[in-house]
Amino acid sequence: MFMRRLLYWATVAGGLVLAVVPLPEWLAPVRPDLALLAVIYWILTSPRIAGLGYAWLAGLFLDVLQGMVLGQHALGFLIVAFLTHRLQLRMRMFPILHQAGAVMLLLALYQFVMFWIDGLTGHGYTGWLRWLPVLSGALLWPVIVAAGDSLTRRAG
Amino acid sequence: MVELTHDSRPIIGRGPPLGATFITLAVVSIALMVADQRYDQLGTVRAWLSAAAYPVQVAVDLPFRAWDWISGSLADRSHLRRDNLELTARLRLANLQLQRFAVLEDENRRLRDMRAKTSGVAERVLVASIMNVDLDPFRHRVLLDKGAVDGVFKGQAVLDGDGIVGQVWKVNAATAEAILISDAEHAIPVQSNRSGVRTIAVGTGDSSRLSLPFVTVESDIKIGDLLLSTGMGGVFPPGYPVAQVNRVRRAASATFALVEAKPTAKLDRDRDVLLVWFKAPVPAPQAAATTSSVKPPAARPATSQSATAAASASGTPATPAPAGASPAAPSPAAAAPAAAAPADPGRQSATPGADR
Repeated sequence: MFMRRLLYWATVAGGLVLAVVPLPEWLAPVRPDLALLAVIYWILTSPRIAGLGYAWLAGLFLDVLQGMVLGQHALGFLIVAFLTHRLQLRMRMFPILHQAGAVMLLLALYQFVMFWIDGLTGHGYTGWLRWLPVLSGALLWPVIVAAGDSLTRRAG
Repeated sequence: MVELTHDSRPIIGRGPPLGATFITLAVVSIALMVADQRYDQLGTVRAWLSAAAYPVQVAVDLPFRAWDWISGSLADRSHLRRDNLELTARLRLANLQLQRFAVLEDENRRLRDMRAKTSGVAERVLVASIMNVDLDPFRHRVLLDKGAVDGVFKGQAVLDGDGIVGQVWKVNAATAEAILISDAEHAIPVQSNRSGVRTIAVGTGDSSRLSLPFVTVESDIKIGDLLLSTGMGGVFPPGYPVAQVNRVRRAASATFALVEAKPTAKLDRDRDVLLVWFKAPVPAPQAAATTSSVKPPAARPATSQSATAAASASGTPATPAPAGASPAAPSPAAAAPAAAAPADPGRQSATPGADR
């Protein structure tokens, strides 16, 4: 159990680090929200371990890393985590492409919440580039699932 | 297909219900956001949290720095020789120009002294490196590797060898976040070097473009004009290059001309920048700007107002009798020592509330 918790935090920490690693300028807007994808995946596999508090803390740490308004990403992660929890039994039954579509909707909702809070705090960026992570994240979902499954199997 | 684990089956009646947790945490995040954005009350919390984030940021930065160091130390001899020659030549040229500048600076200082103005020359400079940490692709913010321990303060000017880069926006213990002049939320007062026209240069979110939205159709701005900082607002030292006008379009029917300028500083290519301490050109409210470091000094009238408000508020408990006189007379001499006294941020921000 402890090892699992450690594994879940380690993967999210990896995602958070990758969220601030410098990328070339043309690639930076495509950067998927890996930490959020990891949170969704772990909630789907083991909802009793990866709870809402886990998602919320991960989002809060992303706020701190990026120097955003405290609570912005935390709220986004929380909303996505809550919906994933509610849809968990259904989403696990979906075939992989169908599942990627559902994840895309979740990511779009997350991005919309970010967009909304950005607007409220006066940082609004309204270009379409903002929505690219939704697409890249959904495309990446099968890879996340494959990597996560092999990790889970190894951890036992 | 997502694999199930032994844990996955929901067990009824263990832990708090999902909805309750969700609502609690959502309320906490909204409260955090309001406290952070509206009231700026989370200084210490943020400082602790960013201390936790510091190792991550260093870890992200480290490989890039190591690569720089390795490629620098493995550079071959001919390369170094070429660099050396080029640098020597440039140094010679710079020294030559410096000789001329020394004379001009003397003359300038004499002229300014005659006009009873202190010159806004940088007094102390600290070199800071930009850390290789991406904050947000749509905001022009960078993380500097100097922080509160080095004396960096909020609203400090950031320069590079070619001009003004931006200003410090958030100060953590060992790092500081700077906002670049090209950020869409940033504006800097500038003056045309050729015609003396004053205006404001606003960032566009594009690091090669500033916009000058408040230039009227008939004002004297041409392509190629160098825009210098005016020192108004007390954030930036006056007389440093900011941008060069590269586009002017005047429509006969419009009130304002469409003017764009290219920043002189290498905003997207800088590795090292300079943090500057300088003497503000206006002597009286300068004490408030440097000691408090709470409010960005961009809002000059507001700062001096709160300084007088602080003067009246801090005056009341100690000496009740003359306090009635002090708010009526907004003399800078009365405001300056009082603004220096309440150095703690809590008091500064508390006084306007008590005022109303």
